[in-house]
Amino acid sequence: MTGDLPRWVDLGLLPLANLAAALLISSLVVLAIGIDPRAALAILVHGAVGYPEAWGYTLYYATNFVFTGLAVAVAFHAGLFNIGGEGQAYVAGLGATLVCLGLDALPGFVVVPLAILAAAAFGAAWGAIPGWLQARRGSHVVITTIMFNFLAAALMTYLLSNVLLDPTYGSPETRRFAPHATMWTFSELAARLGFQAPRSPLNAATLLALAAAAFVWVYVWRTRAGYALRTVGASEQAARYAGIDPARTVIVAMAISGALAGLMPVNEVMGSQQRMVLAFTGGYGFVGIAVALMGRNHPVGVCLAALLFGALYQGGSDLAFEISTINRDLVIVIQGLVILFCGALENMFRPALAAFFSRAKAPA
Amino acid sequence: MEGVAALALSGVDKRFGAVHANRAIDLSVAPGSIHGIVGENGAGKSTLMGVVYGYYRPDAGSIRVDGTPVDIASPQDAIRAGIGMVHQHFMLVETFTVLENILLGAEGGALLARGEIEAREGLARLMAEYALDVDLDARVADLDVGAQQRVEILKALWRGARILILDEPTAVLTPQETDRLFALLAKWRAQGRTVVLITHKLREILAITDRVTVMRRGAVVATLETARTSQDELAELMVGRRVLLRVDKRAAVPGAEILRAENLRHVDVRGVERLRGVSFAVHAGEIVGIAGVSGNGQSELVETLAGLKPLAGGTIVYKGARLGPPGTADAARAVRHAHIAHVPEDRLRMGLIASFAARESAILGYHEDGELGPGPFLDPDATRRRTARLMAAFDVRPPLPDLRSGSFSGGNQQKIVLGREIDRDPDLLIVGQPTRGVDIGAIEFIHRRLVALRDAGKAILLVSCELDEILSLADRILVMFDGRIAGELPRAGADEKHLGLLMAGSAAA
Amino acid sequence: MKNAALAALLAAGLAAPAMAQNAPAVTFDVGGKFDRSFNQAAYDGAEKFKKETGVQYAEFEVRNAAEREQSIRNLARRGASVVVAVGFNNRSAVETVAREFPNVKFTIIDSVVELPNVQSVVFREHEGSFLVGMLAAMASKSGKVGFVGGMDIPLIRKFYKGYEEGAKYANPKADVLMNMTGTTPAAFNDPTRGAELARGQFDRGADVVYAAAGATGLGVYQAAKDARKLAIGVDSNQNHLHPGTMLSSMIKRVDVAVYNAMIGARKGTWQAGVTVLGLKEEGVGWAIDEFNRKLVTPEMEKKVNEAREAIIAGKIKVTDVTAPR
Repeated sequence: MTGDLPRWVDLGLLPLANLAAALLISSLVVLAIGIDPRAALAILVHGAVGYPEAWGYTLYYATNFVFTGLAVAVAFHAGLFNIGGEGQAYVAGLGATLVCLGLDALPGFVVVPLAILAAAAFGAAWGAIPGWLQARRGSHVVITTIMFNFLAAALMTYLLSNVLLDPTYGSPETRRFAPHATMWTFSELAARLGFQAPRSPLNAATLLALAAAAFVWVYVWRTRAGYALRTVGASEQAARYAGIDPARTVIVAMAISGALAGLMPVNEVMGSQQRMVLAFTGGYGFVGIAVALMGRNHPVGVCLAALLFGALYQGGSDLAFEISTINRDLVIVIQGLVILFCGALENMFRPALAAFFSRAKAPA
Repeated sequence: MEGVAALALSGVDKRFGAVHANRAIDLSVAPGSIHGIVGENGAGKSTLMGVVYGYYRPDAGSIRVDGTPVDIASPQDAIRAGIGMVHQHFMLVETFTVLENILLGAEGGALLARGEIEAREGLARLMAEYALDVDLDARVADLDVGAQQRVEILKALWRGARILILDEPTAVLTPQETDRLFALLAKWRAQGRTVVLITHKLREILAITDRVTVMRRGAVVATLETARTSQDELAELMVGRRVLLRVDKRAAVPGAEILRAENLRHVDVRGVERLRGVSFAVHAGEIVGIAGVSGNGQSELVETLAGLKPLAGGTIVYKGARLGPPGTADAARAVRHAHIAHVPEDRLRMGLIASFAARESAILGYHEDGELGPGPFLDPDATRRRTARLMAAFDVRPPLPDLRSGSFSGGNQQKIVLGREIDRDPDLLIVGQPTRGVDIGAIEFIHRRLVALRDAGKAILLVSCELDEILSLADRILVMFDGRIAGELPRAGADEKHLGLLMAGSAAA
Repeated sequence: MKNAALAALLAAGLAAPAMAQNAPAVTFDVGGKFDRSFNQAAYDGAEKFKKETGVQYAEFEVRNAAEREQSIRNLARRGASVVVAVGFNNRSAVETVAREFPNVKFTIIDSVVELPNVQSVVFREHEGSFLVGMLAAMASKSGKVGFVGGMDIPLIRKFYKGYEEGAKYANPKADVLMNMTGTTPAAFNDPTRGAELARGQFDRGADVVYAAAGATGLGVYQAAKDARKLAIGVDSNQNHLHPGTMLSSMIKRVDVAVYNAMIGARKGTWQAGVTVLGLKEEGVGWAIDEFNRKLVTPEMEKKVNEAREAIIAGKIKVTDVTAPR
């Protein structure tokens, strides 16, 4: 039943067909509320990539999705379904915040890397605990990571309301980080280089996201540890046969997964908000699941899928902004359709395409 | 050919991507006959039967049942046309009862109760007629494989099959159970029904079939009257060249004791005692064969020796020293470091990883070897080089280190595994079911390599459910039954009947 | 050719509603403008402005933190007469954008941004909560009153503390039960959980419950109705939701704040700076109307109004937990 497809169909045409189907259904929905879907699509596309600021936001959103998507992908290669990116990122934000606020007496080139490490470490810990529970206690990681999302939310709400909040305002958010204890934003960087860039939350974390994608590729496919990880993911029995300890591998995989999700606040907290705010994770951790699914758990695919979702977020935002009858709930419906077609129904067109291509090839 | 064929295929053609699995197959099965289909793994037998049973749509060609053209798009269509199939890997829901399994997909309405009552009566009749006794209310998971197979047959009969396709039905049976199955098939033939028997055991083809079709590389190469052919002819047709079915080997020259198992006991996770005190020794330069029907503790024996499963008692002595306790996280690695190699019986679950490239499967267990890359890194070129060398030494085809492991035929997969394990120059090789699902050409090759390894002075422990294999390779034969060694025979004094009785646990050894 | 078509489509799309030049704009917080509570109060204010002036205002409902700054900036760039940002979460976004657009007016509700072009409107919710706390304690037969909050954040605690102090003021022996709905912003939109918490408090003996939890409160009020207990609404006047079991509502005139900002910008009376709306300014209060008249005895009404005067006069000090420490 494999129905092997040419590579370009599998990786190119199939996702495009899925995307087209999603947009088609979305068009019907848009049409149903009396709006010309071509106009809506034009705004969506223009809003996502049509002007420099749009690119800034699209890339900024994509950066979040790259981190959370990679987190899901790495865990997936170890046969684990990490749904806890949201909580891991949230707690990782605490790590970054503690360093950015507590050690801002240090110069930027020290405090920023430290904060990044702290974010990764906190995220790793928050991922490794469910990993440990699965490996040693048999508690399923799907369940525990969901529960750890709630634990993270409870912990962070408490800390932001009681410990970390900026007392001047009484809002559940910290004071602003010192300017040197933040990620360089793209507009700042541009200003330094002497040209004007539009304001957007785009910041150096995007480069970190690309580095993380490269790291994931090297780790998973070019290291002994990555080999062990994939072996455990493919067959625990084969791993045991090969002398690989599945339990330890699971814990390490979840730690790496958590660390990747934990880099998200580098973009969101240290780059965009430059302070810790309540619920800054905003569901990006969950979108990461769809991103990984659509990106076939490969770093390149994750980056492309993240870009698509970033564009949908930013374009959708503009769409809601420009057409008042399209409210944000409709935009969420459209995004949901894309996830549905590209993720859950990923293989819907596969049999048809497989049949088409085997027929096309038969006379050869 | 007399009268109308019960099942006739003409011009059936099927491709999977680049693989041309069936090439314009013509096949005609006479009613009231037993028709054998033989061929190596990957010859296209299973694909062809998948087409007949509605798993695959053929790209071209047509199927006739009793002379009537039929369009079979799904197993439902096949069942409606009177075709039943008993799969090699049973298609049963283990947690369901026998009755539930038989009714599955043929419930006869939204409410189960009505169909159930009817089914019980009908099944009782069928069971009486064909001596197919099974407890309808037993859970399938609790049945032994022979009984599970009877459930599969009963299921096909219940659905009104007049043409029964059996895919490797004897792989899991004792010789006695095989006899019983063949008696059933013969009775069926006498009633005018039709059987298609897919097997790779040429002896069985000769014993029971009326006609036999030989397939090679997706095409039919010959259809013969069974009475007028021989094992050697069939083997030659299957492989396309002359094959040696018996391994030529000198008498063993056993040396020092390499492995001694003393009173090994193993209790599985469900608390069932799988090994009940197993003791034996293996010497350098000999092949010790362990025969037995699968499920009598052989798997557990191999896995405890390989460090994968813990012992509840007993000791393993290797080259005069006690081996550390198996079943711990590091045991498998320690065993490998001690130059004990292990070819697992379940190739696809343990021996290699189907989704990995061959070069990745070829380093399974050895991924920490220093030569494979600097520090923590694995150098794909290094693994490619090693794999290319193994592939050359073990005649793996196609010799492509980057091809997916699952894309190789069973025999070539097994050569990759065997090559990987022998390549590390082990002092002891533990090998389970070395030729399960392996084609004849590869069997010959693998057997020769095992004998060569023995002649090089290595100790080999061979576990196999294939009596032929044990008889042709082993220098000493142990028979396992119910977690114990039921008897030991020197090769010279072993005959199949005696072994079969030991395997069935019914002989005073 | 293709580009031209795209541009035409784009123009068609943009031409649809967008915003009139010099019209006011409002961004709602994640609860959404139809939360029947805080955001809806803001929506009501904006609608009132539209009805009176006939001017279509621009609006945006944010989904996440990044959209706050983005939408506020977009609205500012499009030349909004005033950008009203509803909710304390918008503080940093308003601060950033207000610096970028020094000539645009910004109004932020529920938080303070000290910039020359920002008007900050904050409410003394603890004062209004004090009054409904008194009402609760006086209406309670068991001496136990309940509070269901959204999340355990300072703003919600401000409601709680005022409520508790009011209840104890009316009945020093009063017990105040408190539950928070959750730890994520979803806690403000979870009526099912609200109803559960309210039932739990009824089981523990409470017979009046006050909800400061956005749309979650709807579940609380329904549970009170089902159990024939009393509930107190919040932000908007919610008395009409279940006449007979809605004891009162703690009104927070977000609508007035939004309306004032919009109309002020139009008439030129808009002023930057911090506006604190308490009982004195009638920015908060308690609701009495035909829907709850029968539940509030003249004696209760008198006492509450006396306390209101006393608070305005500074004779009663209600704790503000969010005041800078």
